[in-house]
Amino acid sequence: MEKMPKWADVVLIPLISLLLAAILSALVILAIGENPIEAVNLMVTGSLGSTYGWGYTLYYATNFMFTGLAVAVAFHARLFNIGGEGQAMLGGLGVAIVCLYIPWPHWSIALLGACVASALFGAAWAAIPAYLQAKRGSHIVITTIMFNFIAAAFLNYMLVNVMRPQGSQDPATARFPEAVHLPTFQSMFSSAENIVFRGAPANISFFVAILACIVVWALIWRTRLGYEIRAYGHSETGAVYAGISPVRITIIAMLISGALAGMMAINNVMGEAERLVLNSTEGAGFIGIAVALMGRSHPFGVFLAALLFGFLYQGGAELALWTSIPRELIVVIQALVILFTGALDNMVRIPLEKLFLTLRTRAD
Amino acid sequence: MEVLVTLIQVLDSTIRLATPLLLACLAGLYSERAGIFDIGLEGKMLMSAFFSAAVAAVTGSVWLGLLAGVASSLVLSALHGVASITFRGNQLISGVAINFLASGMTVLVAQSWFQQGGRTPSLFGGGRFESAEFPLAIGPNDAEETGRSVSELMSEANVVQMIYSELLSGHSVLVYVAFLMVPATWWILFRTRFGLRLRAVGENPAAVDTAGVSVVGLRFAAVAICGVLCGIAGAYLATALQAGFVKEMTAGRGFIALAALIFAKWRPWHAMWACLLFGLLQAIALRFQNIDLGGVVIPVQVMDALPYILTVVILAGFVGKAIPPRAGGEPYVKER
Repeated sequence: MEKMPKWADVVLIPLISLLLAAILSALVILAIGENPIEAVNLMVTGSLGSTYGWGYTLYYATNFMFTGLAVAVAFHARLFNIGGEGQAMLGGLGVAIVCLYIPWPHWSIALLGACVASALFGAAWAAIPAYLQAKRGSHIVITTIMFNFIAAAFLNYMLVNVMRPQGSQDPATARFPEAVHLPTFQSMFSSAENIVFRGAPANISFFVAILACIVVWALIWRTRLGYEIRAYGHSETGAVYAGISPVRITIIAMLISGALAGMMAINNVMGEAERLVLNSTEGAGFIGIAVALMGRSHPFGVFLAALLFGFLYQGGAELALWTSIPRELIVVIQALVILFTGALDNMVRIPLEKLFLTLRTRAD
Repeated sequence: MEVLVTLIQVLDSTIRLATPLLLACLAGLYSERAGIFDIGLEGKMLMSAFFSAAVAAVTGSVWLGLLAGVASSLVLSALHGVASITFRGNQLISGVAINFLASGMTVLVAQSWFQQGGRTPSLFGGGRFESAEFPLAIGPNDAEETGRSVSELMSEANVVQMIYSELLSGHSVLVYVAFLMVPATWWILFRTRFGLRLRAVGENPAAVDTAGVSVVGLRFAAVAICGVLCGIAGAYLATALQAGFVKEMTAGRGFIALAALIFAKWRPWHAMWACLLFGLLQAIALRFQNIDLGGVVIPVQVMDALPYILTVVILAGFVGKAIPPRAGGEPYVKER
């Protein structure tokens, strides 16, 4: 017998966790001598009050959809991929290489090429930890953390010593050619008399991210592979008994996860910066953890949670601009969301289960 | 002679850089030996670095700073304990949350208290840990008496004197604390009843429970010791190694300590050697940047990445196998 109805598990628990995180964040804002209500007002107008704000919110949300899906897919196989950050960095390298060294005739073909390259590079960076976990039993959490640092050092080397244009001091690649610039929301939705999303970085990758959500949903719930991944995540011994190879599932799930994290680069590297810079990922790989936890590892949940974090990110930037609250407030909120939806899940769950149980016995 | 002086200077800076790693590594050792994975070492160090520097800056007393740092680190430890022991949550996710909490809160509070862009004012005088001069060591006092610089005096000294004055003497008291913690940890873990139980609770908590010893109590004790040591590590960073807190000043040291812990296979003496090795790598990277080995140039980024690469290699079991405590990462449920 289920202890509580499914809707409570899927909707109520994340909402209560979010509420707890919000209350604590409000207390933090109060403690540093600012007004939480004013802060929320500023965040809402700054991120949702104009098409410009929306353009940033959706741009950040695109990043978080990719990294959130990456963490979610790994979660389904009960693997904790903290390496999204490193995989996204490598994805950026893949995008930079295909955009700089292949003469693309049109952005649409270039986008396809960049998707493939970023996915391949991200997957490759996840492949080694996956192999080590599957074959050698080394803990995937530790190896993926280590690979984040190794990726940062590697990218630093590539940008400073190899890909930096001659005469440039900046550790970054050259700008990508005009032909591979992706259409932004401004060019897609503006008419001659009404210009919307002016100067905002949201671009066509947003729709690629939505497509990725749908594909991941179909993969996890509508294919045999997805079934095997979920079965393995649910019970390893059960999966082995059913003839599912743990090595195969571990490696495939991590490859998909790495590929999704890597594909974030089509948004931030190809769509926004139009060149590869140091620290282009800006921690989005880690926010993916919060997004996946918040979204209960379901693509639709990830989509909603990514929008929420996109709003928080852009709202936080606005706060930093207009008040003395630094941008790091978002990191605190992110930490609280991870804490309540991830680590302290039982704190919310156990009392709720008891509540539903008493309600049910009374009804009987 | 020139080479020798350089070598001793590099080793000296190795000791300074290994100290925070060693403290954090031993902190992780207690926690993980008791079966609680802790990837939040980084966050606890960072939190302590900020609060120790902030309190030292305000009160002018480095000892009060140290206390505040340890207390702040203990608060995060308690959070980790509540999440992973009381509520049996995922220890790794809790650690990730703690790292982000520290990284955000330190800047938020620093900005609110000092308005200097997320840093504390620079510490001086009683706000910093002084270096302890051993008797007969060449130090600032001799330099003052003779009217010459320390480095001048040092270049005239013989090898024994150099090692004594530069390597052994002249560190802050926390350095000696860190290195004394190594035998102390060995003794506690392997020669006391508490240590035996602590190790047992990380291997087979059900057996400890059957013997009538509290699993929860032991694990909380281990997590608290971890918090104290991380607190000292953070205070050392901000009030001894450097003079004040800057944003993200731990710079991945918590993860290097974690790497050292695995490298050392969860043993105290090996942990010291691992931390010294990683400290040496940092010291070399700091001093030489790109290293030219007879035509082959090793870029500085390789030195930066080496601790992490070594850890992956060790974890992969190609150089001896690293086996963590058996009950590590699993919450203990009393009745099944």
